[in-house]
Amino acid sequence: MNEILEKSSLAYGIKLLKIKNPLIVQKAQPGQFVVIRLKETSERIPLTLQNFDRTSGTINIVFQEVGKSTKELGLVEVGDEIMDVVGPMGRPTELDKFGNVICIGGGVGTPEMYPVARALKKKGNYIISIIGARSKDLLIIEEEMRDVSDELYITTDDGTYGLKGFVTDALKEILLRSKKIDRVLAVGPVIMMKAVSEVTRPYKIKTLVSLNPIMLDATGMCGACRVEVGGETKFACVDGPEFDGHLVNYELLLQRLSTYLKEEKESMELFLKSHKGGM
Amino acid sequence: MAKKIIPKKTPMKEQSPEERKKNFNEVPLGYTEEEAILEARRCLQCKNAPCITGCPVEIDIPGFIGKIAEGDFKEAARIMKDKNVLPAICGRVCPQEDQCEKVCVLAKKFEPVAIGRLERFIADWEATQEKIDLPRIPLSTGKRVAVVGSGPGGLTVAGDLIKLGHEVVIFEALHKPGGVLVYGIPEFRMPKDIVQREVDYLLKLGVKLKTSFIVGRTKSVDELLKEFDAIYLGTGAGLPWFMNIPGENYKGIYSANEYLTRSNLMKAYLFPKYDTPIVRGKKVAVIGGGNVAMDSARTALRLGADEVKIVYRRSEKEMPARIEEIERAKEEGIISEILTLPVSYHANNDGWVKEMECIRMKLGEVDSSGRRRPLPIDDSNFRIEVDTVVVAIGQSPNPLIPETSPDIKVGKWGNIEADPETGKTSKKGIWAGGDVVRGGATVILAMGDGRVAAKSIDEYLETGVW
Repeated sequence: MNEILEKSSLAYGIKLLKIKNPLIVQKAQPGQFVVIRLKETSERIPLTLQNFDRTSGTINIVFQEVGKSTKELGLVEVGDEIMDVVGPMGRPTELDKFGNVICIGGGVGTPEMYPVARALKKKGNYIISIIGARSKDLLIIEEEMRDVSDELYITTDDGTYGLKGFVTDALKEILLRSKKIDRVLAVGPVIMMKAVSEVTRPYKIKTLVSLNPIMLDATGMCGACRVEVGGETKFACVDGPEFDGHLVNYELLLQRLSTYLKEEKESMELFLKSHKGGM
Repeated sequence: MAKKIIPKKTPMKEQSPEERKKNFNEVPLGYTEEEAILEARRCLQCKNAPCITGCPVEIDIPGFIGKIAEGDFKEAARIMKDKNVLPAICGRVCPQEDQCEKVCVLAKKFEPVAIGRLERFIADWEATQEKIDLPRIPLSTGKRVAVVGSGPGGLTVAGDLIKLGHEVVIFEALHKPGGVLVYGIPEFRMPKDIVQREVDYLLKLGVKLKTSFIVGRTKSVDELLKEFDAIYLGTGAGLPWFMNIPGENYKGIYSANEYLTRSNLMKAYLFPKYDTPIVRGKKVAVIGGGNVAMDSARTALRLGADEVKIVYRRSEKEMPARIEEIERAKEEGIISEILTLPVSYHANNDGWVKEMECIRMKLGEVDSSGRRRPLPIDDSNFRIEVDTVVVAIGQSPNPLIPETSPDIKVGKWGNIEADPETGKTSKKGIWAGGDVVRGGATVILAMGDGRVAAKSIDEYLETGVW
């Protein structure tokens, strides 16, 4: 169980792992996530599913190496086993025939958008995808997204590929020349999801964002992942992770995400010290 | 009876408050063999034994104590394990003062027999033995039982049914078995290797355990029903309550579940050796007056707080925590801020909580809980300086199973309804007990529910009659 079957590097510091877990894959739906614990001393970290294949019994996770836990996860090799993988967690994305749907993925949010866009396409929606990254070499999952989209727009902050600018710049243009848009989904950095929601707000287009607060058990037991939606406190792990983007309190989300900055830095420094030369 | 009775319990040695508030080691140190025998000899060996009826799992208390008095610890252990598969746990966290010891005949004139301490002694004695006698397991009945949740109730059901020859598989959502015993109750009150020891004993008996398996997500109850003849739901009270007051989502404000899970299950008190962090506050306020509040407050102290306050809206007399726990907390220097109700929080520019605004309360008439109702005093607002807050005001059942199995009937608090005589729910083949039925209760009540349900499950598996 939880054996690594494939490992690949999608971009600098962004890795994909294909994990054997015949149990979770049977239930996994687009928009859901798993919680993994690498070894006895590890944290539990929530990671969204990039893909799941019921015939081979495998799930894919994509992560960016930002702290100790993800750096350490990046060191596992094919054949290794992850101690714990639990899921699928969270409510699946609502899938239906809505009409014209814009799917936006930013940074490591794009892999998470992929199964969502694929499923919405299968339901008969017209899929307009926008994926963005800081620069060309950080853009990931492009081909997969192209496969499931009727239109695909690419943006890079530095203009090295696609449109120069943010995903919201592409979004604004699409909305201006406006075919009727029935729904917008966005996954990516908090700032991006906030900006997307601000762009769609005047158009009153239903906009769903997938939130990534700090989680612990992710079963609804602890409330670490509290987010404010429409003035009400929700637990992202069981009430989400998707919420109405126009109602989310993003400032609070950003603030709460910074709770353990000090500890994360300490952990990372210790880790780098003990892996000198090995990295 | 000519025997001269020693009026007081044989004292149990413990770490001094000064010493223990700096470490996570267990506070009481247990009896020596001599102390245990001395205490066991205080037992009157009453024929009608009211203590047995005071015990939710009906341990033969005079029986095992009599054997301790004779120095036959092995037989004492056998008698105790006949009814209780988790003695090392019960001996530590049961509220004996409200159960077996409350009805002890000695208690009419003197202190009751220290039943809890003796139970703990015999369990710990057995653990030091090289060879533990396993009970004889009958031939397999071929019936399969799924136990959902590996807390005290689930472990009891598993232990009872495996001994009757049924196949038992426990499903646990977290990565370690034990439920509240591992995520909730701190190391200094319930050492985790002791929980693991009790679980290992069940595994030796043949119980199977699947961790990181979340029933309702990984598989539904209905899917399990296709593989199992009976299901016991012991999923606990995993939904923390907040007060819904302004500022409650500022950084530094935790539910007790989160605070304790970080420290206990994830071992954040050993950070950075363990990766999970926890805020090590200097000025900590814990809201609530139950055992969970005491556990949180004492954890905060051990994490290095300079000042820990228990903020409670009624007076100390109404606190639902065990008296022993309140006393221990006080000895360690925890301050009670009673008749106080938090109304809002204030934060710094970075979103960290810095003050808790409270109002003073007074006690009014007796309410439905039998306690005097707290009433706010007008214009009594004041602020307490804090950098960490733990909200320990209770919890309700985790809604995942009711949500994914709508045909199981639930009450108005989201608790699963179960017949107290049998543990049966409204759905055929499904039993439930412990906190998922009762809301937040105790380890031993969960075990008592497990015992009742196990009996009913066994009857059902035998007869097929629901």
